[in-house]
Amino acid sequence: MTERLDGPQNPPVSVTGGSSAGPADTPRTRRRLGPSPAVAIAFLLPAAVLLGIWVVYPIVYSIFRSLFDAPGTGFVGLGNYATIFSDGGMLTTIRNNLIWVAVAPLVVTTLGLIFAVLTERLRWATAFKLIVFMPMAVSLMAAGVIFRLVYEEDPDKGVANAVLTTVHDTFSSSQGYPDARPREGDQSQVATEGGAVVTRQPAQPGQPVLVPIVGIKPQNMPAGARPAAAPTGGAGLSGTVWFDFTPGGGGRNGAVDPEERGLPGMTVEAVKDGEVAATTTTAADGTFRFEDLPAGSYVVRLPKSNFEAPFHGLTWLGETLITPAIIGAFVWVWAGFAMVLIAAGLAAIPRDALEAARIDGATEWQVFRKITVPLLSPVLLVVFVTMIINTLKVFDLVFIIAPPSVQPQSNVIALEMWRVSFGGGGNQGLGSALAIFLLVLVLPFMIMNIRRFRRENA
Amino acid sequence: MRKMRAAAMLAGLAVAVAACGNAPSTTQPTASGAPSQSSGGGGKTLEGVKLEVAAKWTGEEQKNFEQVLKAFTEKTGAQVTYASTGEDTGAYLGPRIQGGSPPDVAILPQPGLVQQYAEQNALKPLTPEVTKEIDTNYTPYWKELGSAGGQVYGVLIKAAHKSLVWYRSDAFDEAGVQPPTNWDELVKSSQTIADSGTPPFAFCGGSGWTLTDLFENVYLSTAGPENYDKLSKHEIPWTDPSVTTALEKIQQIVGKKEFVVGGSSGALQTVWPDCVTQVYGQKKAAMVIEADFVAVSALQAGAKVGEQAKYFPFPKAGDTSPVILGGDVAVAMKDTPGAMALLQFLASKEGGEIWAKLPGYLSPNKNVSPDNYPDELTRKLGQTIISAGESVRYDMSDLAPSAFGGTDGKGEWKVLQDFLRDPSDVKGTQTKLEDEAKKAWK
Repeated sequence: MTERLDGPQNPPVSVTGGSSAGPADTPRTRRRLGPSPAVAIAFLLPAAVLLGIWVVYPIVYSIFRSLFDAPGTGFVGLGNYATIFSDGGMLTTIRNNLIWVAVAPLVVTTLGLIFAVLTERLRWATAFKLIVFMPMAVSLMAAGVIFRLVYEEDPDKGVANAVLTTVHDTFSSSQGYPDARPREGDQSQVATEGGAVVTRQPAQPGQPVLVPIVGIKPQNMPAGARPAAAPTGGAGLSGTVWFDFTPGGGGRNGAVDPEERGLPGMTVEAVKDGEVAATTTTAADGTFRFEDLPAGSYVVRLPKSNFEAPFHGLTWLGETLITPAIIGAFVWVWAGFAMVLIAAGLAAIPRDALEAARIDGATEWQVFRKITVPLLSPVLLVVFVTMIINTLKVFDLVFIIAPPSVQPQSNVIALEMWRVSFGGGGNQGLGSALAIFLLVLVLPFMIMNIRRFRRENA
Repeated sequence: MRKMRAAAMLAGLAVAVAACGNAPSTTQPTASGAPSQSSGGGGKTLEGVKLEVAAKWTGEEQKNFEQVLKAFTEKTGAQVTYASTGEDTGAYLGPRIQGGSPPDVAILPQPGLVQQYAEQNALKPLTPEVTKEIDTNYTPYWKELGSAGGQVYGVLIKAAHKSLVWYRSDAFDEAGVQPPTNWDELVKSSQTIADSGTPPFAFCGGSGWTLTDLFENVYLSTAGPENYDKLSKHEIPWTDPSVTTALEKIQQIVGKKEFVVGGSSGALQTVWPDCVTQVYGQKKAAMVIEADFVAVSALQAGAKVGEQAKYFPFPKAGDTSPVILGGDVAVAMKDTPGAMALLQFLASKEGGEIWAKLPGYLSPNKNVSPDNYPDELTRKLGQTIISAGESVRYDMSDLAPSAFGGTDGKGEWKVLQDFLRDPSDVKGTQTKLEDEAKKAWK
């Protein structure tokens, strides 16, 4: 406070001196453009103090704190930094950050460029830009919640899988008994073999074949299914495929009980020496019959196609797709921002250069490649570097979109930093080390950006 | 220039005046409190004292707790404000402890935090009066649980019964099975339910704590309370054969694709309480293995507790019928008479019975009679706790350092999730658990 009050006392001296004499009238006096150093310092001081309290001190203290252990009492030197590079989980976070930095900025910049160039020729450009820019108005956390729902595995909830299954089902539809399987156990007549159900013992024509199936959900039971009929034998190879489960319990395993129903529409193959000799389908009561089969022993097989589950889409939030899925959400948020910046740059490009090229016979692609992009490169670089810094710091999207069970696989440095220091880890030494590590990663790009700004202003 | 200085001085004066103005308003209540104390007799000894209690409860649970606090205020005259810490109590209290302004009383969801904060000297030892109250009302196991380094710091004030298996009665009827009483029956019934077309289990694999609860029940049952205590303190390694047995038992129910709704990848994306919804709302599965508080989510999913939503005690997988409690430990973070009085009140029969009459509360206090509970279900649960007596154990993962037993994507939570993903590798799981434990108990 005193400095501030003292400060303004000085300027009158120099200012009055300067203004009364006037620089033009008295060339002898030292010419200065700005105010005196004292004034400069006085004006700088508030900002400097604030920066010192909120930026410099925390950084210095974080460096200091990162050299100590969890309670903050034992000096561990660079031990925390060693942990970062030796712990498996931490290495995964570093790997993920590398993936982020390699993919996200590039995709965002490219998409932004494409949108910007396309909107130039669009009739409804403003409306389009508004829509693409809209996600920027949503907080990252809300965007995370939105995408958590988008990627939900159940196609009834997640729009991503809803789209995939709809597209898939238009081309091929599955009509079978998903999740159904043969009755297990040594007493059972049938077993699974590579997804298909086969009889354990070879069957002879004239001998009835029993194929007990279990595990059919009530909603998958066809409406036309009738009570299963026990096979009667007779001419040809015959048998019954049925749901070997009496509702309410009490049925005998492997035997056709009164309340059990047949499984209609099941494809049945008679296989001899590995070759399909005949194919048929089951009737409403689950029975099937191969009429004119030569004598001999056959394996009765229900091919895999009977049991194929309908396509349920992708496991977006599983451990393999989680990082690409979150990057997708990030791109959704930031593509609009990139587009607006690049579109502004695009508007500043001299039209005559483009027109000259066109008159000289350049194709549109050549104009884009050789004229537009080079002229845009400063803007593209700004967007790109900004995105790199943003991806390095990414936190909220990962925190919200990844379900807890795949958080280790999708972890990033900023999230790990929070987790080890506050979110259960309770080790602020290691957390500080991670913070400093992140700072070191961001720093080169910051310097790059600052340098560029300076060059532009010069 | 002069004008500016005057303005600055005025502003400064204004601040000073405001600062002065504040002081009397804060001191006044204590001044006026003193006479009422003498007039009111020995009762309201804490008139004018202000206390802050921090706990993770929100909504209904918070309202009920505030009623208990109100009873305390009526008894002593102390004003108690409640602060909600949110789900992550550690993340809330950590900065407040570091900043030197902790709440007077904090209610920690894990005894592990008692040890952790005691090491940081953030807790105040309980006064002899409070300790005496604990001795009267609790078995020695619970007293030890709230202690660190031989000093008593905390008292378990609210319990959750974690040894239950909830089932949907129509799914059991359809499959024609009865609630199992031992592990083999459970596996056999599960097979029958799976054959009927309903996956028997819904797991909230996304929430790691549900998996640790499952493991603890099986482990307490197969390995017994003594091994349980040793493993809790990491006195035996996780590579111990007793852990192998427990994991192999769990393998029997998570190892089969048709036993788990959505398969392992679906279960790993299911977070609490979605598995309860899968059983009672979507009717996709028959059973969910979790604590008494399933009742709340089952109600929300549209099931009537006691009709569609029923439970059976966790089946014996070995020699012991497991009773595992979770619960919240109250500690003092400031050594004030008010804080100690509140803790004594919460540990007492009187405080416990006020709370017990409200829904959603289960008391670990052996002198709080189960007759106080408002419904039959809770009464039965309370009975099992009292009858299990000395062999009741606390949730093991909550006794561990939170980096091992209480953090998403780390420690036991992560390794058990990996085990659910690939239940074939028991040995590898044990090695990983031991590695994580070594890091956490360092």
